[in-house]
Amino acid sequence: MPPTPAAAPAVPAVPVLSTTVLNATVLSATVPARAAWSAAVRAGQSLTITDLEGNQAVDFLLYDLLDTSVRYSAADTIQAQGSIFLSTGSRLLSNEHGLLMTVTDDQVGRHDTIGGACSRESNTLRYGHHTWTQHACVDNFLSEGARWGLGKRDLVSNVNWYMNVPVEPDGTLGIVDGLSAPGRSLTLRAETDVLVLVSNCPQVNNPCNGFAPTPVRVTITEGAG
Amino acid sequence: MSSATDSTYAARDHARAQAVPVDRPRPPEGTAATDVVWAETVPGGNYTHRVLARGTSLRLADPLGDACAHLLLHVADRPWERLNVADTTKVQWNAYLGPGSLLLSDQGRVLASVTEDSSGRHDALCGTSTLARNTQRYGDGTPQSGSPAGRELLLLAAAKNGLGPRDLAPSVSFFQGVRVAADGALTYTGSAGPGTAVTLRAEQPLTVLIANVPHPLDPRPGYHCGPLEVTAWRGRATGPQDPLWDATPEGRRAFLNTAEFCAARGI
Repeated sequence: MPPTPAAAPAVPAVPVLSTTVLNATVLSATVPARAAWSAAVRAGQSLTITDLEGNQAVDFLLYDLLDTSVRYSAADTIQAQGSIFLSTGSRLLSNEHGLLMTVTDDQVGRHDTIGGACSRESNTLRYGHHTWTQHACVDNFLSEGARWGLGKRDLVSNVNWYMNVPVEPDGTLGIVDGLSAPGRSLTLRAETDVLVLVSNCPQVNNPCNGFAPTPVRVTITEGAG
Repeated sequence: MSSATDSTYAARDHARAQAVPVDRPRPPEGTAATDVVWAETVPGGNYTHRVLARGTSLRLADPLGDACAHLLLHVADRPWERLNVADTTKVQWNAYLGPGSLLLSDQGRVLASVTEDSSGRHDALCGTSTLARNTQRYGDGTPQSGSPAGRELLLLAAAKNGLGPRDLAPSVSFFQGVRVAADGALTYTGSAGPGTAVTLRAEQPLTVLIANVPHPLDPRPGYHCGPLEVTAWRGRATGPQDPLWDATPEGRRAFLNTAEFCAARGI
């Protein structure tokens, strides 16, 4: 029986470059139902969005942190990948066709980027004028964007994580029941320093939130996430 | 040794001698000459822009079957209200533009309606081309090159209307089609052939920005784009007596919102 080694002398904790540290959580927050959220995500960091209770659309916009006139372009993203659906491997491109973020993991299979954000104004067309007072994603984007100096001109076609928008052969499209489930997540890697705006969709007139908006979790980590 | 431009007087004469009559496209048969407000031909790889009154008809024609008109619309004098392609497709439950389509703003109002369409090959999903992509595909995408990108030209058209990069939202394009498969994959269907046209009716006062450049999914290795004929003439906005007003419940509410807004503005 070898002798028990003497206890190592106590040393002050020193940050060590290890896998643990590289995957360290930078920020973790719960975005309440119907609320907005934003954060800067640095190049190389990952953002994970978790659909805590299932079928909760997460409206999402993306800007180059140093020059917010360079922003997510649904059109460039679609034309470059030759498909309207986003999933693992999708490269989120800017209006200058540069790479902003990459989807590195997706537990759902496909997400929307043609449906845009709901607004009080478009609600009047889609569901009737009685809905004009309801809270909507565009208002979330405007109030959260204003904190970063962004205004209405800066809102463009966005991503809708966890939203299901198929297109029929005759072109008919619509928001239908989602493919997500409680606890499913997706992870994005920032390819440059970006600003992320999130609207946890408040829509109650279509199935994008299962007609009952719920919270989501957002987590920023160093490294691949 | 003298030249034709070796003095101010000679240079003036030389410059003045260069002007030649320009062929302008004609509006449709029956349009009174006094109603025509815009008539020009935009070569491939070029752009144009104009401010149009509410009610104006804007006809885009593709005589050779190889134009691709990338279009942005802003409400004149209040450009923060502008074309929203996501609302345009989502509100109308259709990804494809065609006769009777409404081009909607982000404010639940109509910017323009498609009153005629003999092409049926259009795209509201892929936007336009960029400097980076054209440089990759054709070796250059700058405005002065032989393969200018749509976004670069729309930036110039925007700048001449006091607008900048932040005002360029996703655009639509006419005359080169794209279709979506069930799995989301895009298929480029290209042109319907020579001699087609699309007519839009301005439902608000509009700043119209147009770039005529190849569709970003055009698979040909070279930069090919035919001329685009633009004509516009005075007219009236869509009213309750027009069949389009009541064609869909979403469209009826959009026309109603637009009429109320314009009435309040006094136009």
